Amino acid sequence: MAITEKELEELFEKMPKKMEKNRRKHIMIKNGELESQAIEANTRTVPGVITNRGCAYAGCKGVVLGPIKDMIHITHGPIGCAFYTWGARRNKAKTEENVKNFMNYAFSTNMQEKDIVFGGEKKLAAMIDEVVDMFHPNAITISATCPVGLIGDDINAVAKAAQERHGIQVLAFSCEGYKGVSQSAGHHIANNNLMANVIGTGDMEKAPGKYSINILGEYNIGGDSWEIERFLKEIGYNIVCVMTGDGAWEHIRNAHVADLNLVQCHRSINYIAEKIQTKYGTPWLKVNFVGVQSTIKSLRDMATYFDDPELTKKTEEVIERELARVQPVIDQYAKICNNKTAFCFVGGSRGHHYQGLFRELGIETVLAGYEFAHRDDYEGREVIPDIKTDADSKNIPDFQVEPDPSRFHLRMSPEKMEELKQKIPLGDYAGMNLEMKDGDLIVDDLNHFETEEFIKLLQPDIFASGIKDKYVVQKMGIPAKQLHSYDYSGPYAGFNGAVNFARDVSMAFASPTWNYITPPWKTAPLLEGEFGEGGKA
Amino acid sequence: MLDYTPKEIKKRSSGTVINPAKTCQPIGAMYAALGIHGCLPHSHGSQGCCSFHRMHLTRHFRDPIMASTSSFTEGASVFGGGANLKTAIKNVFTLYNPDVMAIHTTCLSETIGDDIPATIRQAEIPEGKIVFHANTPSYQGSHITGFSNMTKAMVTYFSEKTTEQPKEQTNLIPGFVNPGDMRELKRIFEAMGLTYIMFPDTSGVVDSPMTGKFEMYPKGGVTIDQLKDTGNSKITLSLGRFSSEAAAEALKKKCKVPFISLKTPIGIKATDDMLMALRGSFAAEVPYELEEERGQLVDVMTDAHFHFHNKKVAIFGDPDIVAGLTEFVLSLGMKPIHILTGTPGGALGSKMYSFEDEINDMLQSAGITANVKADSDLLELHQWIKNQPVDLLIGNTYGKYIAKAEDIPFVRVGFPILDRAIHSYMPIVGYRGAMRLLEMIDNALLDRADRDAADEDFELVM
Repeated sequence: MAITEKELEELFEKMPKKMEKNRRKHIMIKNGELESQAIEANTRTVPGVITNRGCAYAGCKGVVLGPIKDMIHITHGPIGCAFYTWGARRNKAKTEENVKNFMNYAFSTNMQEKDIVFGGEKKLAAMIDEVVDMFHPNAITISATCPVGLIGDDINAVAKAAQERHGIQVLAFSCEGYKGVSQSAGHHIANNNLMANVIGTGDMEKAPGKYSINILGEYNIGGDSWEIERFLKEIGYNIVCVMTGDGAWEHIRNAHVADLNLVQCHRSINYIAEKIQTKYGTPWLKVNFVGVQSTIKSLRDMATYFDDPELTKKTEEVIERELARVQPVIDQYAKICNNKTAFCFVGGSRGHHYQGLFRELGIETVLAGYEFAHRDDYEGREVIPDIKTDADSKNIPDFQVEPDPSRFHLRMSPEKMEELKQKIPLGDYAGMNLEMKDGDLIVDDLNHFETEEFIKLLQPDIFASGIKDKYVVQKMGIPAKQLHSYDYSGPYAGFNGAVNFARDVSMAFASPTWNYITPPWKTAPLLEGEFGEGGKA
Repeated sequence: MLDYTPKEIKKRSSGTVINPAKTCQPIGAMYAALGIHGCLPHSHGSQGCCSFHRMHLTRHFRDPIMASTSSFTEGASVFGGGANLKTAIKNVFTLYNPDVMAIHTTCLSETIGDDIPATIRQAEIPEGKIVFHANTPSYQGSHITGFSNMTKAMVTYFSEKTTEQPKEQTNLIPGFVNPGDMRELKRIFEAMGLTYIMFPDTSGVVDSPMTGKFEMYPKGGVTIDQLKDTGNSKITLSLGRFSSEAAAEALKKKCKVPFISLKTPIGIKATDDMLMALRGSFAAEVPYELEEERGQLVDVMTDAHFHFHNKKVAIFGDPDIVAGLTEFVLSLGMKPIHILTGTPGGALGSKMYSFEDEINDMLQSAGITANVKADSDLLELHQWIKNQPVDLLIGNTYGKYIAKAEDIPFVRVGFPILDRAIHSYMPIVGYRGAMRLLEMIDNALLDRADRDAADEDFELVM
């Protein structure tokens, strides 16, 4: 079932005027016949609409920094922000030899009223001293929350002084919640600082072996990264570091030595991918390890990049074996899922990535969108030069990098690069919209009002989103799948992940509990039997 | 698991927190506001606050938690959030049509000093609709303070004294408890034959039934008319002084309704105290139905006493819940040796009877010395346990890290519980709630005994 222009018009008419004007630019029906279809994204949410979006702090500390396991992440602010990002995102991490793992801890400066009035710098410095004394970390991050910027605490100065005092790296991130318009601002702030001060500070001068790669924008939710690493390592890749799922400061420092950067979540990490290329010459490849076919394509793209018959042979062997192993299982689950429709509204990459996996199960995505993406995530990177900056995007400082005089080196000739770009998404992301069908709805920053309206219009069989929508949708009798936390299951990436996902989605459809929603007395008459003549039973 | 927590306790003087046992005011305010019928809570701050609070409440209740936000940007933070709030009010009523909009502030809007009442006065509010607010600066108190502030705002905005003679009814302020507890309290009041107004009342809101239809404003919640009528009640019963007493005091001040402040009725003694207070205030005899439940509770306490007597317990969580739990485990003959809350111990700016005093008085009568601390964190609790091990840990989900690290049986009670389902439907208050708690405690201890038993010591009957 596709939505008509008329139905969409009627929906817009129900909105307050100013909101309608705004939302028209964020919602579109895919029409492949048009030369281009622009969508507005990464602009302010209208207050009061009930958005799913979070804040810059959530994007910086919660998403990008939080998973780096061997750093102590101090949240400078009142207690809540640290509390809500403590173990809440399922970015799993293993303790390694000589790499500490602070994932079970939450550190907050616990700002009180007097700190708001008189400043919190001393308290922050005191906390750094205490955690260094107690935990002996190799590095520390400080993430600012809303009041910090307002009261003018100079967290950079505190970090610099602490770094000198303790001889360990202390990084400050000015990711106050009000910066930008969503988590996306926080990703950018985190990327900038990691690029400026961590990546390339390691001692390694050359890659640890052949086919050395970094995996960027992979957060190891439910163990995704471990599944991806399983077959990458078997094929023969050397993984220098993952940014940032199960990631380590110790490893990220040496990210400069890899010969290829894989980019899984384009939105949250593309800044680093671009800057590593400028500074160290490492190209990046857009990959998608969600879904069997996407995983296979990504593996073949990687083999094409390295262009080595041995690697290609091993890649095909692993693909053949994995496919033979998982496809029959997935096919069984697909019988339950076939001919169904989905809404797929997630953060900044999954709204796109999961469409392929749904398709493999016979489920068509009829509405998709992102919570905090930019136009390039919808329309492809070619629109980047056309994206207008505004007051909100301008307040995220960008910085320029230069080629590193000793460590920059090209991985191949410019001619070879150009040739490869024709074959594989090297340094490019074509965006989500390209893969959607004509008539599909694309919605940026979907709000609650639209969620209810679009469900009424399109009646999807499953709704993939986050925790805040989940029970709303389930109350309507529609299965809801959390694609931020995977409903505490996973991994969903790679070959094994596809099986897990197929199993979980089938379970959502097949659960007998749906059959009990209507009580039997709602459909049966109160009295049974026939009335005889004269009203006697 | 928590591998780097040192056993040696060094004094930390910075006032900072490692592994919090509290969170910030706005989430408590959001939860309290959901206890008004037809109410949409509104978070006046950055989007992240509203998202975090909705996320945590949704995970705890496994039910829709609806709330809107002012979506501050840097501009709003510099020039004030008034314009954002006005836009939000207009959009909320047009799109979502609640009866009531309950605004709470955040550290951001408090730091810049937004004047919420002035903005409400200037806003376009449809005829018959209500907007009210509570100040909930995140840098004071905890989520319990936020719950208390929003509950108090219900009084300051709505309660009215309109009758000469007080009505034969009780105001019942249940505190920061689950809807399952609120339903149990209502059942007890009904069994006593009493008329009451409970506020806030989240039962029927965050434990709404599956019907195949999403109701943005489910059947439950106290109505604004009921809130107005609280000024005419004969008495207010405040359960849990940290979350409820401020509202009870405000009612006394505003409408001269006297109040009785009691513990959250967790366990036999606190439930006895509540029934005795009601009996005395209304000359209502305790019915056999409740007396029978009490007798059953004492029966099972006695039957199984050898399972838990003298067992050492650590308890953490919100102060009202922790106080009730401490009293209950003492009545079971257990030894609570570590008792901790993250919430600061006394009312702000007052010299009220502190959390530590209250707990220490209970312990003293039982002849037990223990570590007792308010305004502390789970790092400290873990260090206490490393130095003096316990047989059982009771607290919210965050205790599971310590329980795993130290291999201690763990009973989940309090807020938030993110890793177990159904808990919010089941009471811990009243005699029935006490029986449920006892079952959880007993099972945790016995499951451990079974797990650890050698084959030859593995008992069929225990």
